[in-house]
Amino acid sequence: MALNESILSERCLEQARGLVSSIEGGNEDQAIDHLREISRLNETKMFQEIGRLTRELHDTLVGFGTEAEISTLAENDIPDARERLSHVINVTDQAAHKTLAAVEEAIPVCKELEESASKIEHQWKRFISRDLSADEFRELSREIGGHLEISSDRYTKIKAHLNDILMAQDFQDITGQIIRRVIGLVQDVEDKLVGLIKLSGCLEDDSNKRESKPAEKVLEGPQVPGKESATALRSQDEVDDLLSSLGF
Amino acid sequence: MKILIVDDFSTMRRIIKNLLRDLGFNNTSEADDGNTALPMLQAGDFDFLVTDWNMPGMEGIDLLRAVRADEKLANLPVLLVTAEAKKEQIVEAAQAGVNGYVVKPFNAATLKEKIEKIFERIEASQ
Repeated sequence: MALNESILSERCLEQARGLVSSIEGGNEDQAIDHLREISRLNETKMFQEIGRLTRELHDTLVGFGTEAEISTLAENDIPDARERLSHVINVTDQAAHKTLAAVEEAIPVCKELEESASKIEHQWKRFISRDLSADEFRELSREIGGHLEISSDRYTKIKAHLNDILMAQDFQDITGQIIRRVIGLVQDVEDKLVGLIKLSGCLEDDSNKRESKPAEKVLEGPQVPGKESATALRSQDEVDDLLSSLGF
Repeated sequence: MKILIVDDFSTMRRIIKNLLRDLGFNNTSEADDGNTALPMLQAGDFDFLVTDWNMPGMEGIDLLRAVRADEKLANLPVLLVTAEAKKEQIVEAAQAGVNGYVVKPFNAATLKEKIEKIFERIEASQ
């Protein structure tokens, strides 16, 4: 580069001298030729400079590893994050419906027990105040019998619905793990973009050039439909089979 | 029976706590990762450990290894309840000495079955 520059300067000087003597000698054509040559030399210098900047940009990008990483982000990571977030919507949707279904089924059962108990209570109060005829008392006895008969079954049902509601809350753990991964990806994108801005703003600032890549995550968290790992097992039964093959 | 539940998500700890209560285990404590759990295990007289795998700080698998390496805790039954479902991880957990492995999302019956199985085996070996 330095050698090229000095050759160019010498040529420029040579042409400049020629230009002065042509003007002094009144040789206009020759003077124009000298001017053209100076301009050509100048352009050559500019093209060389552009070439140098391009090479530097390329080298820095390669060194930074940005080219490959940005394309991985665009081709794999962003669509992957999109699928994961869609899965979060599905999981939360299922959990909400599971909870609502359990509530909708439990409420009529509670109402049935409530009505039956309140009817008995009303007659019971009349019985206590000796306000009940023998026929009415027989009717009350039947009602108490009937109430006790359904109670155990209905409470078991309510408990099962409450248990469903309890279990539906596992969505928070599952989606939380998935969202954490997406947050990690967003952080990655941000770092890469900041790196790019630094690159375009100031080529020579390559202090962060070889930033270490985040360590390969071994833990995958919940499997996402369509994104399952090759070695991921699909059910608790498969886990149990594997463990029993290991002597468990 | 004193049980320690370790999970970084408090909702999951509550779910497991409620399921255990339903199974008749009322004496439970909670920790949010291995680093908090290990001193609790070393200081308290826990009979059973239910832990998640993927947690910030100390992961469940490292907690399991720390438990097995601790003379006082080496025989503590450990159940992993985790979303990690890869074959190599289950093998890794088995090699580290886990007593049971439940994959999230799970249901109440599965948790009950695994816990019962663990205690059946412990009783049989005694």
